[in-house]
Amino acid sequence: MRAIVIGASAGGVQALLSILTALPPQFSCPILIVLHVPQRNDNPLVSLLRARCLLDVKEAEDKEPLGQGTIYFAPPGYHLLIEKNMTIALSSDEPVNFSRPAIDVLFETAADALSDAVTGIILTGANHDGAQGLRAIGAAGGTAIVQDPSTAEMPAMPLAALEACPLAQSLSIDEIIEFLRKEAA
Amino acid sequence: MDAALVTSSIEDIEIQLLLEALYQHYHYDFRQYARASIKRRLLQARSQLGYASISEIQAAVLRDATLLPRLLDFLTVQVSEMFRDPSYFRALREKVIPHLHTYPSLKVWVAGCSNGEELYSLSILFHEEGLARKTLFYATDINPTALKAAQAGVYSLDQIRLFTENHQRSGGRSSLSDYYTADYGRAVFDRSLSSQVVFSDHSLVTDAAFGEMHLISCRNVLIYFDRELQDRAVGLFRDSLARRGFLGLGSKESLRFSAHADAFDEFEREEKIYQRTAS
Repeated sequence: MRAIVIGASAGGVQALLSILTALPPQFSCPILIVLHVPQRNDNPLVSLLRARCLLDVKEAEDKEPLGQGTIYFAPPGYHLLIEKNMTIALSSDEPVNFSRPAIDVLFETAADALSDAVTGIILTGANHDGAQGLRAIGAAGGTAIVQDPSTAEMPAMPLAALEACPLAQSLSIDEIIEFLRKEAA
Repeated sequence: MDAALVTSSIEDIEIQLLLEALYQHYHYDFRQYARASIKRRLLQARSQLGYASISEIQAAVLRDATLLPRLLDFLTVQVSEMFRDPSYFRALREKVIPHLHTYPSLKVWVAGCSNGEELYSLSILFHEEGLARKTLFYATDINPTALKAAQAGVYSLDQIRLFTENHQRSGGRSSLSDYYTADYGRAVFDRSLSSQVVFSDHSLVTDAAFGEMHLISCRNVLIYFDRELQDRAVGLFRDSLARRGFLGLGSKESLRFSAHADAFDEFEREEKIYQRTAS
């Protein structure tokens, strides 16, 4: 099984909307997403995307097996992890990079569980969460992508990821969509 | 890439062996804990305790019992907050407490109490609702350091703002500041909150049920267990609850797939509060 993991922070709602609504219904990979949102709120994107996406969109549940063509969001207040048996795990461990969910936690466990069968994508954001995780994905032979910092609403997070993982491809939102369409055609 | 693959699979073997060693030598059983999270925390332990490999930790902890508490602090999770998920406590207050008023005396079990935030939240809630005097609390955890912290009831003042806000949102009828005194950057919670609490070392993995509870609160503990272990723990709760007793789980935990689902009714579905069936 291949999987896509995406991390986004400030400015991420718009970027994710653009990408996820452009994916075709036959898209075959599971997509797991950490979007930093204030902890108390329900993730507003899940219901918004459910209406506008051609793929299934849901909040990830603990112990749930990864399903083809399903988009999973980390629930607010919980880390999202992938287990080696291709199930989802949630944890309420301490925040990482001041965040829970943290992008690094998802990406590092994705690298560990899937090695080269994972693509990690870091989108706009104003912190450096995800940089170590993207490096782990690159080191395990997976595909590392960052949103081209010059096109990101907040370039800090893609820049930090590029610094930690210099071989990552730097792509615009349209190029990311193009890449994903080919990836899971 | 091959090197990375080989390294990671050796680490997995080492983790398996370390967990086996902890079980055989110390009877701490983490073998059926969700592995991705355990691995992250053991890799943290390796770097923070200054070992080159997980195997080195194993060799050290087998011979040096003083290392065990430090390792347990990595293997068990101690992050919580008072009145975490205020809507859970609001549901207890509004929906469960009226039932509890009908009993002459009450037993409440906080399973996996860690540093005690949940215990003090419940104790304050029971004080506010006039149930404290007839209630005996049991607070259990496998980590002795955490149990001591729970007994002490001392938290950093930095956290108090969040705790206070949570308490208000839970429908608190008093001011949280009524229950602690500030002392050198710390909030020391009132002794009266823990005077009717039995603190005890208890493992949901290896120990037995204990009886006739009216409410068990065990939140964000089961997510760390694999399915089989979850079933064991839920079976323990079933056997420990009085008929029509209540079980509160974490917001992302449920009994939906549990082997013991039939023994419980959904009482407050959204808040993951269950009620033991009458039979």
